Amino acid sequence: MMKKRAQRGSNYGFRRLKQNRSAFFGLVILVILVLCAIFADVIAPNSPNPTPPKLELALKPGFWSEEGVDGMPLGTDALGRCVLSRIIYGTRVSLSAGLVAVFIAMVLGIAFGTLAGFFGGGVDSTIMRFVDIMFAFPALLLAIVIVAVIGQGLDKAMVAIGIVYTPQMARIIRSSVLYIKEMEYIEVQNAIGSRRIRVIFRHVIPNSIAPVIVYGTLMLATAILDCAALGFLGLGAQPPTPEWGAMLAKSYSYIVSGAWWAATFPGLAILFSVLGLNLLGDGLRDILDPRLKQ
Amino acid sequence: MKWYIAKRLLQLIPVLLGVSIIAFALIHLAPGDPARTIAGEHASEQVIESLREKYGLDKPLHVQYLVWLKQVVRGDFGRSIVSNEYVTREILDRFPNTVELTFFSMFIAIVVGFFAGVVSASKQYSVLDYTTMGVALFGVSMPVFWLGIMLMMIFGVFFRVLPIGGRIDTLIPFERITGLYIIDSIIQLNGPALVSTLRYLILPSVALATIPMATIARVTRSSMLEVLRQDFIRTERAKGLSERVVIYKHAVRNAMLPVITVIGLNFGLLLAGALLTETVFSWPGIGRYVVKAVQMRDYPVVQGCVLFFSFMFVVVNLITDILYVLIDPRIKYK
Repeated sequence: MMKKRAQRGSNYGFRRLKQNRSAFFGLVILVILVLCAIFADVIAPNSPNPTPPKLELALKPGFWSEEGVDGMPLGTDALGRCVLSRIIYGTRVSLSAGLVAVFIAMVLGIAFGTLAGFFGGGVDSTIMRFVDIMFAFPALLLAIVIVAVIGQGLDKAMVAIGIVYTPQMARIIRSSVLYIKEMEYIEVQNAIGSRRIRVIFRHVIPNSIAPVIVYGTLMLATAILDCAALGFLGLGAQPPTPEWGAMLAKSYSYIVSGAWWAATFPGLAILFSVLGLNLLGDGLRDILDPRLKQ
Repeated sequence: MKWYIAKRLLQLIPVLLGVSIIAFALIHLAPGDPARTIAGEHASEQVIESLREKYGLDKPLHVQYLVWLKQVVRGDFGRSIVSNEYVTREILDRFPNTVELTFFSMFIAIVVGFFAGVVSASKQYSVLDYTTMGVALFGVSMPVFWLGIMLMMIFGVFFRVLPIGGRIDTLIPFERITGLYIIDSIIQLNGPALVSTLRYLILPSVALATIPMATIARVTRSSMLEVLRQDFIRTERAKGLSERVVIYKHAVRNAMLPVITVIGLNFGLLLAGALLTETVFSWPGIGRYVVKAVQMRDYPVVQGCVLFFSFMFVVVNLITDILYVLIDPRIKYK
């Protein structure tokens, strides 16, 4: 019975999502990205890092030119690697990096946000002061600072971005917990003497999850963007990892000699992933949290 | 009002102290001996010893923090490991460049974004509206560094109409006074320098302006739509005021509030974007400086820039809040 109702609920949500054309478009982009990430080995025409490198194929254009090489539809980069294949493998890197970063932010944000909102008082003001301090940094700068301490690399960039997004998540959770705390069903739980920990895990957190999903989606978009930015600055993914930002960094100096493709396509991949997630996030917000509707 | 500003200024103190603790912790959290971290890998034992003494690095942490804070308040962030110059000097040298870039970008973003939003709202559901909002949607999802590269490629490489990086044409005789080149060239009545400055400025600032421009356009549009639905607008239309007066004189003024908040919020994004844009266009500002410092593990520079950046960010946020209260008398400044 319960299960059936839940199913009907998700069908309803999906129908609403289909009605919202731009959100549906966002969902389609996300599904394509996920498929590319999972089946990269099957879809990609070439290896992202062929050994030994085929330097004789360096900076060849793609299908639009007669000088193009067969089987490399988007051309090659400065080390003769297939741009399309690297973008497809890059989906795996960017998507998982974004997901890990958002997951870190969610876990920490839910922990701190719930503590602050549920217990209030000194716990609340201590946590919120700390949140204020972290908001005194532009996000990317804070991520760079954390990377300066813990070191460069994709894994570290994910952690850095996760930490940077934590205060935002904590604030969202806190305000939603503050609201839920006053609901009657929580009062009932208190009245029948449920243990606090049970109330938090069984009632407060599950009921404050809707904004987490909405902001998690929007956050995934910025996380992918920031991860690419760190990669571009040489502080995130290191070569030869096929990461979009790092690919851009390694090839943009060649645009002067006319090789525009190696820098253009990875950027388009970032743009469309972020766009898709933004559209989906906006749509989800309208569906899950009508109060926030603009 | 005075009290409100005083209170907000007082509230800044704990935040800035927190920021300074984070900046201080940077060196101690970095792997290795702090004295060696400040001095750099290739420093002599003598230099390391003198630094150990200067910052009291053999004393307990809270004493070290206070010693360090005392230096920082005096504006001494130590010397760069890479160039051996004073960090404060290097920051102040580069600061006007970042200011000119960010303010010029903000100017473009506000003018274009606000106008686009107003026009979109007054012609809701027209082709123009859909186009503007479509472009704005792409704008908010755009990786700044990629956009910079694309602009560079189109205008600098293919059409060869604008320079692809740098600050000003070095062949033009020009004297640096304030460091803000637009102002400097006007003071010196130096036409060619002004033109050259603007030519070098335009691509990086357009790249940097895109995200705030898109956000401002979207917020302006929705705020305008809300205002246009209100009774006083209907009254004005009913009494026969021309549509132009209704929109540009009455609606726009009332739609400005949320836009100001967004401008303030976007300033932080602009500073972060400056890290990327300056790197792409080899713009000699603080953004590029701090990125290089992190790459080279030049910790004193990172510390100085972090404090400087967050100080600017916090001050801008404060100014936005005060402006907000000044403009909207309905908000009580408690």
